[in-house]
Amino acid sequence: MAGGTFRARARKALENPRLRRAVRVTMNNFMSARRAAMAELAQLAREGLALGDFAAMRERARAIKQHTLDHLDHYLARAATAIGERGGHVHFAAGAHEVGEIVREIARRRGVTLAVKSKSMATEEVHLNRALQADGIEVVETDLGEYIIQLAGETPSHIVGPAIHKTREEIAQLFGRVVGRELSTDTPTLTGVARQVLREKFVRAGMGISGANFVVAETGTLCIVTNEGNGRLVTSAPPVHVAVVGIEKLVPTLADLYVFLGLLARSSTGQKISVYTHMITGPRRPGEADGPEELHVIFLDAGRSDILGTEYQEVLHCIRCGACLNHCPVYRQTGGHAYGAVYSGPVGTVLTPLLGEFRDWKDLPAEACSLCAACWEACPVGIPLHDLILKHRQKTAREGLDQSGLGGPLRLGAAAWTKPWAYRLSVRVGRLALRWFAREEEGGRRWAVKAPGPLRAWTEGRDLPAPPEKSFRELWAEHLRERGQRA
Amino acid sequence: MALFITCLGDLFFPRAGMAVVKLLEHLGVEVTFPEGQTCCGQPQWNSGYPEAAAALARHFLDVFDGADYIVSPSGSCASMVQHYYPEIFRDDPARLDRTRQISGRIYEFTQFLVEVLGVEDLGARYPARATYHQSCHMTRLLGVEEPPLRLLRNVRDLELVPLEHPELCCGFGGTFSVKSPEVSVAMADEKLDDVTRTGADLLVGADPSCLLHLAGRAHRRRLPLKIMHVAEVLAEGVGL
Ligand code: SF4
Repeated sequence: MAGGTFRARARKALENPRLRRAVRVTMNNFMSARRAAMAELAQLAREGLALGDFAAMRERARAIKQHTLDHLDHYLARAATAIGERGGHVHFAAGAHEVGEIVREIARRRGVTLAVKSKSMATEEVHLNRALQADGIEVVETDLGEYIIQLAGETPSHIVGPAIHKTREEIAQLFGRVVGRELSTDTPTLTGVARQVLREKFVRAGMGISGANFVVAETGTLCIVTNEGNGRLVTSAPPVHVAVVGIEKLVPTLADLYVFLGLLARSSTGQKISVYTHMITGPRRPGEADGPEELHVIFLDAGRSDILGTEYQEVLHCIRCGACLNHCPVYRQTGGHAYGAVYSGPVGTVLTPLLGEFRDWKDLPAEACSLCAACWEACPVGIPLHDLILKHRQKTAREGLDQSGLGGPLRLGAAAWTKPWAYRLSVRVGRLALRWFAREEEGGRRWAVKAPGPLRAWTEGRDLPAPPEKSFRELWAEHLRERGQRA
Repeated sequence: MALFITCLGDLFFPRAGMAVVKLLEHLGVEVTFPEGQTCCGQPQWNSGYPEAAAALARHFLDVFDGADYIVSPSGSCASMVQHYYPEIFRDDPARLDRTRQISGRIYEFTQFLVEVLGVEDLGARYPARATYHQSCHMTRLLGVEEPPLRLLRNVRDLELVPLEHPELCCGFGGTFSVKSPEVSVAMADEKLDDVTRTGADLLVGADPSCLLHLAGRAHRRRLPLKIMHVAEVLAEGVGL
């Protein structure tokens, strides 16, 4: 569980103008790139060069995901067989502990002292680095963003761009510490340093650890999508490759994979397709020049099968493109660390309370969402994230965990407002009270600058106008009288 | 046509409500106001209290039963009825049926003008440099984006300037505005900064809740910005 509440962490983020600027600029770039990519996709669809426009593609993707999840046992077995037939080893891990055990066991057997990793949310989720470091194994993140936050001792702040909250200056400082000299902040210098440091790690590493964006059940193929060459090195240079994959990452066939590849990068960074799309089917075969001697695929459950068959099942459609984060106005203000968990933004708000202890994370759905539904609109697999957040809120209320103090008034209000007389009475009382509290006169209107009770939080940053002299009902009654006279 | 004024509309924006009445009567529509109406139940629904929301939804059905059209000056409340009532009455076949009938007949005000009455130009004139706040539930859940813009584009002397990020939420979000006031205010600030950058002196919207929020923040910041409901601009523009 993370320390504090979302509200407290968000407040801290709001006080950091540098972070907010960095997040906002990146989000703007992602948003406009996606918009352009979607327009282009629509054009391609019109010319018959794509499977469809965004809406059509997303329907297909949704249908494939739903089918796969409805028959997940079947496809998991299928994938396991296919991977085995091609010389890979398959493991099933119920949770973080098992993943750690499996990887450590492999490392021990192969005498691994250094492991290189490519970016993977699943290994973040199970804190694999910690487990390996406990065994004295050095683990180096090789994705540039991941490497940066590893040096900073932080967690990713975005699914796709883990270090988007960092400025050049901060990065130059972090890298400068590694090489022991002051660095300039231009891109070639910084990437040059990272490349130089990481190259050496690739050569020495006994194990490469990755995730996978998709696993094709039919062929046992791992599909890894990246924008950096590190993924290719991690999965092919060291003698052992271990992939940790959530069980929901399965797709039935290569043809299905095609649908998702058309959506992933477009939704994420606005690219047609990512720079590297690796398809890995089995370890190195005799006569092949590269690839690992040993390939292990660890299918991770960690709470996922508990979501199957529930009203939340659709969240398992997620392909971790980050589009919901990019379009979330709350994320935009706070960045990812305010969410206090591995997955941030709207998908994190839905997923984190499901994967962890619900009661520990109930403040995310309660506080980190304005229900604007921008996430749902952007999501390439059509997850109604805003509705799933509502379901969390319902659960919070049902289980008596709502501590906002609003539950009582809301229920009472509803009971009263089914009676028109009680509604009218409460509106009258409310009007009088508000007009009484609204004492600051300006521009012909009175404003409340400090309201009591549940409205206090409102007036921390906003004024509340006094209700006008007459309510609509009164104006309407006058209108009816005038209308009667006219007639 | 039955007017659904909404609780916030009744309390805070009576003039916008009257503007709707006058405009519709001006267009020859007979307006009724079912007196028993209260609230659509959105605050309860969005905060996780579906039973409480259902009580209000049942009341809504009873009050508006039999209306040929229901028109509301709030895109958000109209979307509540259309988008969420079917879910609320999922296990109540009789009410689900009535909901289906009603949800085909409920319209946000500008949507009603454009889609039902076929009116896009009211012959209004309103001199201002204005920008339009697109509210989330109205666009994303109700699917109404163009109608208010079309109406505003046809107002003489109204220069309509676009926002850089029209799709961003203003930060109201019902109880979100008091559960996460700091983020909510930060979102309002981004919206207001966007508005200010356009040089507009008038901000127009079609949802009382967003307008209340933005007006409250703008006032705290002492921004010289006029905030109006689209119905008010149109009614004043035709001299009603
Ligand atoms: S929930 Fe949808 S938009 Fe968000 S990361 Fe997953 S696939 Fe992308």
